Amino acid sequence: MSALGKVVRSGVGRKRVQTVVIGLAAAMAVTASVLAGSLLVASSAPFDRAFAEQSGPHVTAQFDAGATTAADLEASKTAAGVTAAAGPFPVTSASPELDDGPKLPPMTVVGRADTGGPVDAVALVEGTWVTGPGQVVLSADFRMPDQVGRTLRFPALPGAPELRVVGVARSISRTADLWVWPSQVAALTPPDTAGGFQVLYRFASAATTEQVDASTAAAVPAQGLSGTRTWIAARQDAVKESALFVPFLVAFGALGLVMSVLIVGNVVAGAVASGLRRIGVLKALGFTPGQVVRAYVAQALLPAGVGAAFGVVAGNLLAIPVLAETSEVYGTTVSPVAPWVDVAVVAGTLGVVAVTAWASAWRAGRLRTVDALAVGRTPGVGRGRWAARLTSGLPLPRPVGLGLAHPFTRPARALAMLAAIVFGTTAVTFAVGLAASLSDVQDARDHTTDVVIGADRPGPDRGLPASLDVAAVNAAIAAQPGTLAHFSTSRREVTVAAFSGSTTLIAFDGDTSPGDYRMIAGEWFDAPGEAVVPSPFLGATGTRIGDTVTLDDRGELVTVRIVGEVFDLQNDGMQVFTDAATLTNPVVSNFGIAVRPGTDVTTYLDGLNAALRPLGVTARAGQAGFSDMLLTIVALTTFLTLLLIAVAGLGVLNGVVLDTRDRVHDLGVHKALGMTPGQTIAMVLASVAVVGVVGGGLGVPLGVALHDAVLPAMGRSAGTGLPASSFAVYGPTTVVLLAFGGLVIAVLGALLPAGWAARTRTATALRTE
Amino acid sequence: MTTPLIELHAVSREYGEGPPALDRVSFSVRPGEAVAVLGPSGSGKSTLLNLVAGLDRPSAGTVTVDGVRVDGLGEAASARYRRAKIGMVFQFFNLLDDLTVADNVVLPAQLAGMDRAEARARAADLLGKLGVDRHARAYPGRLSGGERQRVAVARALMNRPALLLADEPTGALDTASGEDVSALLTELNAEGQTVVVVTHDLALARRCTTRTISLVDGRIADDVSAEPAR
Ligand SMILES: Nc1ncnc2c1ncn2[C@@H]1O[C@H](COP(=O)(O)OP(=O)(O)O)[C@@H](O)[C@H]1O
Ligand SMILES: [Mg+2]
Repeated sequence: MSALGKVVRSGVGRKRVQTVVIGLAAAMAVTASVLAGSLLVASSAPFDRAFAEQSGPHVTAQFDAGATTAADLEASKTAAGVTAAAGPFPVTSASPELDDGPKLPPMTVVGRADTGGPVDAVALVEGTWVTGPGQVVLSADFRMPDQVGRTLRFPALPGAPELRVVGVARSISRTADLWVWPSQVAALTPPDTAGGFQVLYRFASAATTEQVDASTAAAVPAQGLSGTRTWIAARQDAVKESALFVPFLVAFGALGLVMSVLIVGNVVAGAVASGLRRIGVLKALGFTPGQVVRAYVAQALLPAGVGAAFGVVAGNLLAIPVLAETSEVYGTTVSPVAPWVDVAVVAGTLGVVAVTAWASAWRAGRLRTVDALAVGRTPGVGRGRWAARLTSGLPLPRPVGLGLAHPFTRPARALAMLAAIVFGTTAVTFAVGLAASLSDVQDARDHTTDVVIGADRPGPDRGLPASLDVAAVNAAIAAQPGTLAHFSTSRREVTVAAFSGSTTLIAFDGDTSPGDYRMIAGEWFDAPGEAVVPSPFLGATGTRIGDTVTLDDRGELVTVRIVGEVFDLQNDGMQVFTDAATLTNPVVSNFGIAVRPGTDVTTYLDGLNAALRPLGVTARAGQAGFSDMLLTIVALTTFLTLLLIAVAGLGVLNGVVLDTRDRVHDLGVHKALGMTPGQTIAMVLASVAVVGVVGGGLGVPLGVALHDAVLPAMGRSAGTGLPASSFAVYGPTTVVLLAFGGLVIAVLGALLPAGWAARTRTATALRTE
Repeated sequence: MTTPLIELHAVSREYGEGPPALDRVSFSVRPGEAVAVLGPSGSGKSTLLNLVAGLDRPSAGTVTVDGVRVDGLGEAASARYRRAKIGMVFQFFNLLDDLTVADNVVLPAQLAGMDRAEARARAADLLGKLGVDRHARAYPGRLSGGERQRVAVARALMNRPALLLADEPTGALDTASGEDVSALLTELNAEGQTVVVVTHDLALARRCTTRTISLVDGRIADDVSAEPAR
């Protein structure tokens, strides 16, 4: 073995802890970066990726079975311009009920014997595909818990068929809500209708709406065609939901990458710097600066390479659940880690290792040999003595005082640890804030009231009797003990002058507080003629608060002045909320009631329904739209945060390891003078406490700032402003606890090396003179 | 016959393979004795001292100091034992460079949890007695070797140890400073302090001790008690 090789080998062997830490840092950095990189990849154009993967249809066409034949449709699959097609699948629309009661809205039911095919290769998320009649696969977009094994009933159909849920699948193009065995569709088709066919087409030319339209006109038979849905429309739908989360996951990915680079650079630079004395010895023996540099780069690359290999494996394994959650959020299919991410991350990490090692060793290699020899002995003579003097005067146990002064002796190292803790605390603060904000957004977009009569929430009509005595209903509600507040709504489809597309006008009568509408700007209306609108309405119509808009209700013009911007995403935010008195003859379609805290809703309903019976309506409990998206996001956030904390802790660990190594002789002296292991641990922990507290103090405001920057970006990409309540998530207690988190990271990172320090053999330590 | 302060029984210490650093060493030291441990470099002198100080554990045999079985102590217990019973002086002083002279000296008392004011007062006393009080606020790096060793002795005496151990205390000093330190040790012994000095300097041994134990290759080659000094 060459002299250089020997030096490298003995360097790696002798500095075992250092070597392990470099390996560990590389492993963690690679793991974190693989995850972060995969998140970034998954977050860029999630729909397009999944659409390509599933060979999604450019057009989903539906035909009336009474007006066309399967054979005609089969022929259209080979028309000019069609590159691939699937179907015709039997299709119908049906309204099922879940086994535990709730009625579901009308659903598109498609008969399909398998998931694959040249178009719309549906991905099974859970369970199995249907293998015969009596079974059903749900679309993953329903997001109901524990779906598999439940039963869907169709009581309105002849024979009241029942289907068992055997699986959950995702079609990125949402070609169906339910998939059943093809022969089952007939049984789910209402007797008075002929049913239909679904054909999925992919075209050679489909990049723009115009191209899709042209291709459709050329290839899809007009005979019996009852509707089409283009991939561009599907994409808009999908992107609208997931757009909210893209900036969030991107921020996490970026944080992970930055931290990885920071920690690896930090660890390697520290390792090389701590080898200065040895570098001096090597040069005294006749090594050239070049050889020294090569030796140290190799010494760092060796363990980093091993660590990176482990990191890639760990990263890819951890990516499986993380990307599964991500796909859940984006409503896309799960894809494995892109190989180029692995390659780029490993190359990047080793590159950072090599460059930092090279830079630090180059500096060391150029150091005059005498200086290098001296460095190891008395590092930064006299630095930070003021701190030692200060702490010796403090009424603290001496080991704690000694430890508190440590960071000031080696400011550069303390700064590196500080950076790790700042990043860690920033990540935690950001994550905690976002989880709180998202839960608030979720809460704010749900306007379901405790008790409803008629439609579930202000919005879609659900047929209250035309001759309903609204005043009597209101009186019954008001008279019912336990009523806190209530309102009624009327709904109209209107158009806004000079803007195509329909807008829903919702007029409130009564106390609107049960609807929990939150303002982004301005005020809730409080007089006839005033209105509030969601952000998308303002954007789409180019109006602002203070403007007056004229709404056309089939010829009858209603003029309202916009007094506020409200947070609401229903009907894509194309809604106008106003007072019932603004309209001339409102037709009530919904009542919303909030009950007093502590009221039992079941008992309340019994009482209210007894009073309502003569009026011909029934009240029921409001059913909040269930979304496990939030759980997914929280799970994802928790996982990523834990990883970043671990990386930050490793940064601290590295710093303390280097410090302990430098202080091994002093540690020996302390012990010879009677310092117990407990006191040693106290000293080491105290040495990181200052850094932890300062890091926490800096990290929290940074995390809050990041949160406050990312949150509006999330809103913007979803086309909405966010209510103030979504921003105000950092209470004083939270802030204090988060700032304390810096200390926790510091202590966790220092615990292990503190234990090592406590166990250092005194006799050995004293021999290193 | 008084009970011995130090009692070693068949003590061996091996480091991996090779000949043991100490090979079945037995001897005892009475309170008030001043013992020199002599021997060439590598003969096991420091190893012996470390075992007595509880800094290291024997591979075999027992070490008893002032009634305490030192060889069986855990880390924390041996630290407390050192605090209470042992003062140590080293060849290279082992002062902490980042602490002032005074802070170095009070450290053992602070570790033992002695009252602040009391500890400061005793440190000032000791520094005065050893003639280095004017350096109390200086850092060790500023002091001469002889002065540093005086500070180290002051620190060793801080907790009024039953036993003062010194490993080549004059080894890093010029002749004059060396004699100065050995005179200090003689003086302390005259006041009743039990002292064990490791050295390979025969002259030093003669001057300040009443008994010499010679080690060769980890074994006691010789154990001579001189007439009580002067
Ligand atoms: N920590 C250790 N590891 C391995 N060998 C050691 C260690 N400490 C001492 N030795 C060996 O034990 C022998 C005695 O050492 P030591 O007691 O320091 O001698 P002295 O102080 O008499 O010069 C020597 O051969 C030395 O190399
Ligand atoms: Mg020695």
